[in-house]
Amino acid sequence: MTLSKIKFDKKIVLSFWIILIALIIAAPTLLPVFRLNLLGRYLSLSIVALGVDLIWGYTGLLSLGQGIFFALGGYCAAMYLQITSSSEFPNNIPEFFALYGVEKLPFFWEPFRSPVFTFFAIWTIPALVAGLIGFLVFRNRIKGVYFSILTQASLLVFFNFFNGQQKLINGTNGLKTDVTLLFGQMVGSESMQRMFFWLTSILVIAAWFFAKWVVKGRFGNILIGIRDDEPRVRFTGYNPVIFKTIIFSIAGGLAGISGALYTVQSGIVSPQFMTVPFSIEMVIWVAVGGRGTLLGAILGAVLINYAKSLVSEALPASWMFIQGGMFILVVTALPEGVLGWIQGDGPRNLLQRFGFKRKIETYPSLEVNNNEEN
Amino acid sequence: MNNNSLLNLIDITVSFEGFLALNKLNLNLLKGELRAVIGPNGAGKTTFLDVITGKVKPTKGEVIFKGKSLIGRKEHKIARLGVGRKFQSPRIFENLTVKENLEISVTTPKSPLNLINKNIKDEQLDEIERLMKIVNLSQKVNSKAGSLSHGQKQWLEIAMLVGQKPDLMLVDEPVAGLTDEETDLTADLLKSLSGENTVVVIDHDMEFIRRLDSNVSVLNQGSVLCEGTMDTIQKDKKVIDVYLGRPED
Repeated sequence: MTLSKIKFDKKIVLSFWIILIALIIAAPTLLPVFRLNLLGRYLSLSIVALGVDLIWGYTGLLSLGQGIFFALGGYCAAMYLQITSSSEFPNNIPEFFALYGVEKLPFFWEPFRSPVFTFFAIWTIPALVAGLIGFLVFRNRIKGVYFSILTQASLLVFFNFFNGQQKLINGTNGLKTDVTLLFGQMVGSESMQRMFFWLTSILVIAAWFFAKWVVKGRFGNILIGIRDDEPRVRFTGYNPVIFKTIIFSIAGGLAGISGALYTVQSGIVSPQFMTVPFSIEMVIWVAVGGRGTLLGAILGAVLINYAKSLVSEALPASWMFIQGGMFILVVTALPEGVLGWIQGDGPRNLLQRFGFKRKIETYPSLEVNNNEEN
Repeated sequence: MNNNSLLNLIDITVSFEGFLALNKLNLNLLKGELRAVIGPNGAGKTTFLDVITGKVKPTKGEVIFKGKSLIGRKEHKIARLGVGRKFQSPRIFENLTVKENLEISVTTPKSPLNLINKNIKDEQLDEIERLMKIVNLSQKVNSKAGSLSHGQKQWLEIAMLVGQKPDLMLVDEPVAGLTDEETDLTADLLKSLSGENTVVVIDHDMEFIRRLDSNVSVLNQGSVLCEGTMDTIQKDKKVIDVYLGRPED
């Protein structure tokens, strides 16, 4: 039983990767640039979803504030692009500053002149912020629904703060990246967008391997232990606070990378990345795809978002109903998500319901004996 | 205080909003001792374990373990000092396999870096093999712990406790829901553990306690009513009054 299940899992994983890699290779030739760009954006969202799966699916921490770290990564990337492309503007600072009469670059922009700093900032700043918030919350043993509420409240704090800071980061309007230059090319240009598609695809695969490495083995087992029975983990001699802080920080870093990739492909970062519904959607992708499966997070993020854009084009008003309905369906009928349902006995149970006979599993030895008799 | 003493509880009082769960409880455990703790419901047996393991902070009193005070220490620090606990209902990680459960318990040091970077040590794998043989779970190495029977779960948790190599093992109702045969085997197992380890067993299955053949402390209303062998306890008038009930003659 367990043996056949393991093989089944491996088949799913392998076929998933073959399909995904085939799609990634074929996509740039098959899809028009507009669609390719959408696919690239959704792939980048799957990285933040991987983080949500690590903290929620494995560790049981339902964060409704991943938008904070997503946006921070986006802002880091956008600040670098704006500042390196500002040579023809007054005072050699990004154009929007002139609107608010700012003549001197705010101090925290300075390090973003460096591409190396930016490269590290994109994931370390969100990871550090997540680690700090996480440590304070976990140390005080705040968990369950209180943790969720607290993360959502933090999200609102960040959202309102970023919205109000015109003179620092252009407030509500956000920072545009599509007309900025990177390596002498316009970020919004077709060739750059193709490049970002490749980069995103590679990073999604890298992020999956990284997440897999984190959850396999004893470290991942402790995360599952914390999810299922945290006091027991304590009494065994482990400090759950450190484990939770680490995994929350990792999820924050992944969200930052995801946000940066999403920003350069959508052409702008703004406080809209920190709205409450967007962070909840991240949770829905993982819930629908399948918690604690990693692949489910990627599938959920890409497919739901692709469906969203297709449905919104055809029937503009109906997407919210479909998304809500999908969530209700998963919560009531498929609590393990689509991938969890497939990996479990879902498909066979369904076939049985429609009158197909269920194949009864026997020990291999019995089958051999049968053959001998014949 | 005796030099041979491992754990000493001095005048422990725990008050839950005025209700005294423990009331000036004094208890001294020697190294290598096997001690049974019995008492009627609400006598404070589980609170007594909660105080030692750091889950509940006593209102008054002092807990000395290996010469160090345990008051104010976090649960995981106390566990690392050498206090292991088995819970009343089996608390194992049901979504992990038997082997993974045991890995969690035998792993040292219990730091994230050690867990993520390094493979489990060979001697720890040997220890897991040994533990699985002791509790008869060798056939179930890769089964999910959640799929085990109730008795097997109890034993897995005992194996996890032993794997932690604690100096003091606190065992809360290890035979609840076990068959007679399993109960006997558990009693033998616990007896074989004492000597090298110090074991405290909480239960109210009299036959089981008798089989342990150890000193017994009777708790009542948050303090120790009486201590001694099972035979002395059963003849003690106070104990008969509050717990065992008068003989029916």
